Amino acid sequence: MTIHQLSIFIENKAGTLVVILRQLKEAGIQLIASTISDTVDYGICRIICSEPVRAYETLRDAGVAVSLCEVIAVALDDEPGRAADAIGILSDEGISIAYLYSFLLGGKGVLVFRTDNNERALDALQRGGLDIIREKDLSKLAI
Amino acid sequence: MAYSNFFNPEETLDREGIEKLQTERLRSTIAHCMDSAFYRKRFSDIGLSPNDIKTLDDLKKIPFTTKQDLRDTYPFGLASVPLSKCTRLHSSSGTTGNPTVILHTQKDLEQWANAVARCLWMVGCRPEDVFQNTSGYGMFTGGLGFQYGAERLGMLTVPAAAGNTLRQIKFFTDFGTTVVHAIPSYASRLYEVMCERGVDPRKDTKLRTLVIGAEPHSEETRRRIENMLGVKAYNSFGMSEMCGPGVAFECPEQNGMHIWEDYYIVEIIDPVTLEPVPDGEVGELVLTTINREAMPLLRYRTRDLTRILPGECPCGRHHKRIDRIKGRSDDMIILKGVNIFPIQVEQVLGQFKELASDYLITLDTADGSDYMTVEVELIDRHIDDYAALQTLERNITRMLRDEILVTPKVKLLPKGSIPQSEGKAVRVKDNRKQYQ
Repeated sequence: MTIHQLSIFIENKAGTLVVILRQLKEAGIQLIASTISDTVDYGICRIICSEPVRAYETLRDAGVAVSLCEVIAVALDDEPGRAADAIGILSDEGISIAYLYSFLLGGKGVLVFRTDNNERALDALQRGGLDIIREKDLSKLAI
Repeated sequence: MAYSNFFNPEETLDREGIEKLQTERLRSTIAHCMDSAFYRKRFSDIGLSPNDIKTLDDLKKIPFTTKQDLRDTYPFGLASVPLSKCTRLHSSSGTTGNPTVILHTQKDLEQWANAVARCLWMVGCRPEDVFQNTSGYGMFTGGLGFQYGAERLGMLTVPAAAGNTLRQIKFFTDFGTTVVHAIPSYASRLYEVMCERGVDPRKDTKLRTLVIGAEPHSEETRRRIENMLGVKAYNSFGMSEMCGPGVAFECPEQNGMHIWEDYYIVEIIDPVTLEPVPDGEVGELVLTTINREAMPLLRYRTRDLTRILPGECPCGRHHKRIDRIKGRSDDMIILKGVNIFPIQVEQVLGQFKELASDYLITLDTADGSDYMTVEVELIDRHIDDYAALQTLERNITRMLRDEILVTPKVKLLPKGSIPQSEGKAVRVKDNRKQYQ
């Protein structure tokens, strides 16, 4: 029920990101969402894309410091308060979020996050009736 | 009160007198070395008898002693006296490889203190002076070595030890410190902090003499430090294998360091052919201790590159002068007075499965102080959050610090970032120009 995210360790230096994006472009992989936080010397670029396993293999074979991580993605109705409801479920269960980002896709708000216990988080979210995005849905949504 | 210019009569011996004394002491040292299992075996292995060593020229029949010998015989294998006769032990750092141990008898400690006192006296230190030692104490020989030497001379001696710059400066002003021992980069740091605090070293302190050593530095650096602090700065040379400080020291001429030839027999060799080089030519310094009980070392390869300065010194001492250290014949790094081998860094990094085997040590100077950056490559494929990366970075830094005793800046890089070199890997980039 989790989806794959690419986590790429990059040096904080001009030109490092574009090399990675060009490799994905040449492989015909479509980005759905991405995020980078700023740090002094290095950053982690996180990417949700159309074919994460193939994207991972492409980058790995090119020598990029990439890992394939499991994250949870939930689709929310695009209206006020839905994010609070979703995160409230995790909070009630005492589950911590390591990181979270969000984007809009096909009229839905999508929250992506990794928790300290993905299994328990998924269980709680399902019980709460949330729409959890599956990996096979990603390529469909991306079209 | 009128003082002599000399602390010991041995200082003014002419060449003939020095060589006569050296010959006597070499013979008794060789006889004494036969009480060490190591040297007994080394002599018998090549069929050399102690009686074969009669003159200074015979010295070259003896094989070199190396740092590896010290490691191989760790901890007490080179002792020439029973441990019950030893009263002090100094050891090098290093937790991954065998460190080196130097043992001292009470007489050795007295001789060591005498040598340091002689050095300090030579540059004008007198019992009226106040001596402040900013060297680390403990195993670091610059601490206790200068402490006992300064006390032997009769100075009021302040064991301020390393760090706590504000307190050091307060001691200068409160105690009327006139002589300071510091590594050159710390002397610059002291000046910076004095400026920040509005302390003028010329007006607000009685500082007159600075003893700098342990960290290679250029003539330009010395002059800069002298101008900053309004002092005369004298270069000091020593190493823990030869007790510590007090091996060689500049006289008021500030032109080369007199090496005390009543303590050591000096040779300069080509580190490749191992043949002696003529005076004036740079080679590796090789020392034989001829005034030590607990652990005499015969023809010890110091790995320091220097040369004998030809000619007479106007100061009246005939003990040979060595030039400032020109470099190393091995890959040892000297940072903040601490000796570091790249292999120590490599062994620490090797314990982290998250890292690739390539690494690069860079040494730089900023604001008069040296620092080390260690670049490493991340290969772990499971790292997905900053907290884990920061923990990793902190753990690497802490373990390196525990091993090399200075805190490096650790830089995590993606795999493939460290430039590959053809042939022998370049592990160290030194941008400090410390040997110029």
